[in-house]
Amino acid sequence: MYIDPHIHMVSRTTDDYRRMALAGCVAITEPAFWAGYDRSSAQGFVDYFRLLTETEPKRAAQFGIRHHTWLCINPKESEDIGLAREVLAEIPKFLDKPSVLGIGEIGLNKNSRNELIVLEEHIALAASRNLLILVHTPHLEDKLKGTRLIMDAIKAHSVDPGRVLIDHVEEHTVRQVLDRGFWAGMTLYPDTKCTPQRAADIFEIHGTDRLLINSAADWGVSDPLAVPKCRHEMQRRGHLEATIRKVSFDNPRTFLSQSGRFAIA
Amino acid sequence: MSSPLTVEQIIDQYFLEHRAKVLDLAAFLDRHDRAAAAHGAPPANASRDTRIRALIVALDLLRDGQPERARRILELWSDRSTEPIPSAPMKGAIGAAPLP
Repeated sequence: MYIDPHIHMVSRTTDDYRRMALAGCVAITEPAFWAGYDRSSAQGFVDYFRLLTETEPKRAAQFGIRHHTWLCINPKESEDIGLAREVLAEIPKFLDKPSVLGIGEIGLNKNSRNELIVLEEHIALAASRNLLILVHTPHLEDKLKGTRLIMDAIKAHSVDPGRVLIDHVEEHTVRQVLDRGFWAGMTLYPDTKCTPQRAADIFEIHGTDRLLINSAADWGVSDPLAVPKCRHEMQRRGHLEATIRKVSFDNPRTFLSQSGRFAIA
Repeated sequence: MSSPLTVEQIIDQYFLEHRAKVLDLAAFLDRHDRAAAAHGAPPANASRDTRIRALIVALDLLRDGQPERARRILELWSDRSTEPIPSAPMKGAIGAAPLP
């Protein structure tokens, strides 16, 4: 039994839901993200938010999987501040939907000034409503710098770091994220993020407190079964079943339950 | 929480997988240098490409015998500036910032 706390099912087939259920998935959370192209208007995001809050929960329920979501305009589309603010104005209309857990995945992409402005406005929205936050950290060479800028921005808004999950951590960012009191997510994604083996290594080095795993499977080369594959890697190494359950079920449940909307036995 | 595996078990379980990765890397550099020779470009060891230079320098870290190689290589490849840039020039990332 496991939870995938970060996956983009709008980009996956219904058969993926079936395979995930067979592998033991009982719940997922799906943050709003970049669809691979820039949307031309705020209405495009409104349609996307309806997909996330209305369509996907029904599709997941066919396979006994609980579907929750996070809303935002992602940093890849945040360079246009005018559009970003139009989208930000639409988000509150969806925040009372029962499957919405908070604001995400917000963060930075290329660490630009406009991205940071839009990030700060999202943080302010989350803070004003005491919502959980799911953070996207930049890719590859931009990650180290971006992770620090993001943590500083969150701290400046006096948000409790225990209510923030910072995703896509790797060996060079995980320690500082945990040391500053945030939750940290390792994304199991081919080529550009963690492999299941490296994630298991990071658990062995940094422990299992406030640390969890996700697939972030989307429209790219990615794997919706990455979480069970990491569980299997830990089993191969002889880790205790309780440890494996903690990182793939207990930890995400503990973090997500702070929303007051995520309940799973 | 340390690895439950012994050194011997780690070697037995992972050696072939990583032997193959080393050969893939060697073949990639060979492929690069064949193309460089054919087109009059410098070989990998003298490359001016940020990514190839970053890769070559990282190989030294693999052999230095110091701990946390993965963390140190990721830091080597990271942008070390601290201020936001004026605007995003593109959406993607190339994998390595210019070396200091």
